[in-house]
Amino acid sequence: MRPMPAAWVSGRRVLVIVPAWNEQASIGTTVSEIRACVPEADLLVVDDGSSDHTRQRAAEAGATVCSLPYNLGVGGAMRAGYRFALRNDYDIAVQIDADGQHDPRYVPTLVDRLSEADVVIGARFATADDPYKVRGPRRWAMVLLATVLSRLAHTRLTDVTSGFRVSNRRAISLFARHYPAEYLGDTVESLVIGARAGCVIRQEPVVMRPRMAGRASHSPVKAAVYLLRAVFALFLALVRDWPAQLDDSAGASTAPTPQPSATSEPPRARGVTAPEDRATEQVEP
Amino acid sequence: MSGVSILGIVGSLVILLSLFEMLRRHRLREKYALIWGIVALGALTVAAFPSLLAWATTAIGLQVPANLLFFVASLVIMVLTLQHSSELGRLEERTRTLAEDVALLQVELERRPLLEKESGEESA
Repeated sequence: MRPMPAAWVSGRRVLVIVPAWNEQASIGTTVSEIRACVPEADLLVVDDGSSDHTRQRAAEAGATVCSLPYNLGVGGAMRAGYRFALRNDYDIAVQIDADGQHDPRYVPTLVDRLSEADVVIGARFATADDPYKVRGPRRWAMVLLATVLSRLAHTRLTDVTSGFRVSNRRAISLFARHYPAEYLGDTVESLVIGARAGCVIRQEPVVMRPRMAGRASHSPVKAAVYLLRAVFALFLALVRDWPAQLDDSAGASTAPTPQPSATSEPPRARGVTAPEDRATEQVEP
Repeated sequence: MSGVSILGIVGSLVILLSLFEMLRRHRLREKYALIWGIVALGALTVAAFPSLLAWATTAIGLQVPANLLFFVASLVIMVLTLQHSSELGRLEERTRTLAEDVALLQVELERRPLLEKESGEESA
């Protein structure tokens, strides 16, 4: 039996998506923590073709695991997650990294902000006393990306490469179709797509923790390459043409939804086909 | 500026522009665009400064600059073809995995009602 749903859920179905690639050291703890902090939400771990025991660890900790047959990158894993959310008719999708950087205790706060937005980012650097420090070219890249995307989204964004996000149904249906697989595309370009499609993007300050396993690289060469790739990815995201028709197809189209308002079929669902008869299964028994 | 230079510059600019347009329309992925971009920029440099080519020819010890150009060009094309062959092999491996996965899932789906029926009869 589940405990009484907390107030922040208010009848909505919430799915937590955790993309994981070779994260056997941290995935178990992350899954247990999410289940403890937000027991109202369903949990889907997208195992991105891991060659270690990520799948088993996640399943042991009690998550539903969706195993991709081979590595697709974070973008591929996330699109699989959003498609799962769309097919199973979830109202809210929460994206949390598997490495333990994101504290699931922020989830209710982030979800609350959905009352005024379609996508809410859990952002570092939003407050002056944020302990998370980044220096050098990596910092310049982050500042550049944040500045450009703030203008595009008409709001102050400080951490656009954050993988800690909450999306409502409108954003889920958008990301289920268009979620870039390229490097940095999964965070930066997906925000550009969201802003272009008319999604309201907001951020909420969060404090991120150091990774549980593995370490971020501090090599200056890698940081410089990161800056170049960031500039390139941002430039491409800005000049690319995204289907303008997306504006009006806010509803869930691939799942037979009970709401009559959410049945509009998008005119263009490039590369993504979801037969309607496969959308009836539910995660919860 | 000689006619050859202009031809080279125009050619590489056409490559760069088509690269940009293909990227913009999602017809080309970044990882393939990178190597083509390098080729186009190299061609542009050589076309704009032919003296570079002459200098490189004497530095290596060749007689005719055109020979160096053709050698480098054929090498680049070979590397590109090789990259495509290896990508093709990877894709074949992946479609194979996918086909197997789909077939296995289908078997599982078809067997499920049978199994359920059997267990139902046993309990009856």
